[in-house]
Formats: sequence, structure tokens, C-alpha cells
Amino acid sequence: MTDLNKLSLAEARDKLRAKDVTSVELTEACLAAIDKADALNAFVHKTPEIALQQAKAADARLAQGNAPSMCGLPVGIKDLFCTKGVPSQAASRILEGFTPEYESTVSGNLFNAGSVMLGKLNMDEFAMGSSNETSCYGNAVNPWRRGDDDTALTPGGSSGGSASAVAADLCLAATGTDTGGSIRQPAAFTGTVGIKPTYGRCSRWGVVAFASSLDQAGPMTKTVRDAAIMLETMCGHDAKDSTSADIPVPDFESMLTGDIKGKKIGIPKEYHMDGIPAEIDKLWEDGRAMLKDAGAEIVDISLPHTKYALPAYYVIAPAEASSNLARYDGVRYGHRAKLEAGDGITEMYEKTRAEGFGAEVQRRVMIGTYVLSAGFYDAYYNRARRVRTLIKKDFDDVFAAGIDAILTPATPSAAFGLGEMTDADPVKMYLNDVFTVTVNLAGLPGISVPTGLDAQGLPLGLQLIGRPWEEGDLLNTAYALEKAAGFVAKPGKWW
Amino acid sequence: MSIDTQTAAKVAKLARIKVEEDALPALANEFNTILGFIEQLNEVDVDGVEPMTSVTPMRLKRREDVVTDGGMQDKILANAPDAREGFFAVPKVVE
Repeated sequence: MTDLNKLSLAEARDKLRAKDVTSVELTEACLAAIDKADALNAFVHKTPEIALQQAKAADARLAQGNAPSMCGLPVGIKDLFCTKGVPSQAASRILEGFTPEYESTVSGNLFNAGSVMLGKLNMDEFAMGSSNETSCYGNAVNPWRRGDDDTALTPGGSSGGSASAVAADLCLAATGTDTGGSIRQPAAFTGTVGIKPTYGRCSRWGVVAFASSLDQAGPMTKTVRDAAIMLETMCGHDAKDSTSADIPVPDFESMLTGDIKGKKIGIPKEYHMDGIPAEIDKLWEDGRAMLKDAGAEIVDISLPHTKYALPAYYVIAPAEASSNLARYDGVRYGHRAKLEAGDGITEMYEKTRAEGFGAEVQRRVMIGTYVLSAGFYDAYYNRARRVRTLIKKDFDDVFAAGIDAILTPATPSAAFGLGEMTDADPVKMYLNDVFTVTVNLAGLPGISVPTGLDAQGLPLGLQLIGRPWEEGDLLNTAYALEKAAGFVAKPGKWW
Repeated sequence: MSIDTQTAAKVAKLARIKVEEDALPALANEFNTILGFIEQLNEVDVDGVEPMTSVTPMRLKRREDVVTDGGMQDKILANAPDAREGFFAVPKVVE
């Protein structure tokens, strides 16, 4: 059988259960696809031996019957997740050579359910970036191109390798993480589906920390159904993460009825922004019409503090990062700078961190240090946390008024060329997250669904934002949107 | 509030990141761009608004204050750049 790597999770699961295919066959198909796709630079640590061993074990489990949905399905894992015995370096030089002695809870949940790990996926360093250009492994490349133009495009970031790998059928699905849009923006740039669940749904234990009050893991998949299947396996209470929610995880897949009659979909006026391409506005229009045709009620709403989400984020996230990244000191793991005679411990810290952190990470750590420093803590950090309270209240108010989900664009543009933003100031790059970052600040679930192509043939996505803990309902609305949009385009294979 | 090279140097020191003297002006410039962007927050009326501490209203769980894990010195030291005789090794510290 050919092209097994192109199957969705749901299709592959059904074929495994029907004994039409084995996990070893699925895994071999993906490993072959990965070996031919070095030009995408998506997989940065390949683990074929582990994969085949897990696939054989999965086949044995499947033969006994009653195996979980994810059993035998080959997936890629973002480099931010600690995986036991496999390099996990958050795409940073400072974690060069780090091989965890433990498994992150989320990857552990997947492997306990029988999933197969194909390898580790490229990303922006410490998940700080929107284009996968800050990685110590070099850029991940988007399998999509602008028509016949061979300009290399970004797959987005920070989960760029995950998005590229899923879009190019190197794996059936991948894990991502999202602090300000790092699952949803790359999903939109690559014509794939990505969901960031409610803060607390997925354990953060063993996921290299960036901004702990915002970080959440989530699946990146080919379809909404796959997102439902994989998310359910990733979620669950974990005593090792004190913010992990101790509430039951529903069977998300069974909630995909496609029936959204009477659902109230909010359209926030503040997301109409100056300088957004007409194509994005048109896409949004079309999305409204699709949901309306499916029986939903479209309601104009206001989220008045939207404008302040990005500036608040660029105080809170760097502040938390400066604290989290203090642990990289050259003592316990990873890189330590070569010292000169007479260098003491302070020189060791300073040289190690200067060599180990890339420019964007250094910038954010120092911004965070500044906004937390004596004299500025109130003016910046506390003010940003107050604004965050107001941003969350905006959402609380519309949900209290009966809104079930909110429809917005996922990104302000299609994928841009690698290197095109190099000379722009950092703030320009930050604007990529303008539609997604509010969701992290409010701790809500958000999903990006591909719904169209731009004039150059690049995928574009819409974002749906749901009520806290109602991922099932959100996925169902996304499923209705996916069905109505009928997005089936795939990138032409050039790699 | 504008950041000069002296402040940039101080921040780099606090963050324990070595920044060469000649890189400080560009760094100060970048800080100013980002802080200029952040200044927008001053437009928001935050009087009487509590700073957010937890995005989901939840009580942190409590448990017995007992040891639940440990006894894995070799694993703890396995990734250290320099470990000797069961300890992490660092340059000599003389205060």
C-alpha cells in the first residue's frame, strides 16, 4: 500500500482496527517520507529505532483489541517537549547535548496510548518567534510555495517544524505548543488544523517553560476530527503541574455532530484592523456566511481592550521568560562556555548565556528583566497584569451575554518569505500574533481551521475562540466550518 | 522613558548576559522600540483593577508535606557540563 503517510489519524486508526494496515507499515511510510524531506528541515532529531519498536508494540496491542484511538499512529513531537533519552533542546544552543532522564506528561500520555514517535520537530528557539527563524537548527521551510515561485516561505512559528511536517505528510499529526499563537499561526500558514486548549487542560510538566501563565500544548493535525482525537489523549489532570485542571476530559470526537443550529457566533469589531489585506477580510466574511448557512446566528460583538493585548503580552511573556530562563546557567545541563584563567562564576553565567541564547531570546530575557526591575515593576509588569484582567473580562462579558464562539482571522497575512522580515524591527514580527494572543491572555481555547487560498495559492485560516473548558463545543463549530469550507488543497511536492 | 547605553548595560548585567560594549547602542535602540510599543498600556484606565494572578479561578491543590520523590543523584547529574564526586562543579567562588 502506498502513501500511508498521507492518511489522517482517523483514517489510519480505522484501517488499523480493520487490520487493513499495521502500525509498522504506517511508521515505515512516514520514516521514508521524512528521509526524503530534509529540504523542509522539519525533523531535527529523527528516532527511527524508537518508532519501529513502538510500532511493533502497538501492533501487538492492537491485535489484542480495545486499543486506544491513538495506538499505532506515528506522530512528531515538538522539540520543546522533554522526551526521555532523546535530545530535547527547545531549538536552543544552550540545551545542546541535553538528554532528559524523564518524559513530559503530554508526550507520555501519547506514548502510553500507543502512539509512535518519529522524531523531534523544529521550532523557534524557546518558542520565541513567529517564523521558525530563531532556531539553532536553522529555518524550517513551508511545503507551500507561491505558485511557481520557488521563494522559500516560513511555516510560521513557533511550532514551524510541526506545521511543516503535518502539511507535507511526514507524520500523521504532531504536538505543538502555543504561548501567543504558536500553534494557530503556523497551522494557518500551512493549511492545517491547530488547537490550543483552555489553559490547564494539558499538563505543562516536562515542557520547556517560556511563559508559564500562557503556555499550553495542543495538537497540530490534518483535520478537525484528528484534533479532537489527539487532544483527548494529550489532556488530563497531572499532579506534577499545579495549574493542571482536575476535571474530566470528555470524548471530544463524539461531540462532532456538525450541528451548530442556533449557536451564537460573535464577530468582534476590534479585529477589523487597519492595514489587513482585503483577502483576509474576504476570508472572514466568507467564514461568517458559512456558519450562518449552517444555522448559526451571527452577532456583532465588542472586545474593547483588544488593542492592548499585544503590548500587555510583550510585558508579561518576557517577564515570565526572564524568570524561567534563569535556570540556564551552565551548571546543571546544556552548554557551558569555555572560561579563561581568572574567570569566576559570574563570568561563567554571562558567557554561557551570551553564547547559548540567540538574539531574540536574549532580547526578551532582557526586556523581562527590565520590566521586573526595581522602579519599573509597577509601571510595566503590574500595569500589564491589570490590563490582562480587563482583556479577560471582555471575553467573560460576551460569553455571559450568550455568545458560544467567536470567529476571527487567524493571521494578518499568508505565509511570508523566510528572511523577508530580517530587517524589520522586532515589533513588526510580533504583529503576527495580533489575532491569537488575546486568547492566551484570557486562557481560552482557540482553533485555527484552513478555509481558503490567497491569490498566490497560499493557505489562509480562520480562528474560532471558545468558552473555557468547552473544547468539545468549539471543535464541533470548527468541524461545521471545515465541512462548509471544504478545504482540500495540498502543497505541490517539490522537496 | 528612554533607555541609554548605560541602562542597557545594567539590564544585561542583571540578566547575566555578556553584551560587548560596541553592541550596547543597538541593544538600547531595540529596547526603546519595544518599550515604545508597550507604552500604549498607559492609555488604559486600570484604576481599581486587580492584577491577574491566575487566568482560571482555581485553588492550588494541597498535599501532605512529605518527600514523594528522590534518590536519583546519578540522573540529576547526568546532564551536567561538569560533575565530580556526586556534585555539580563550578569555578571557585571567593567572596
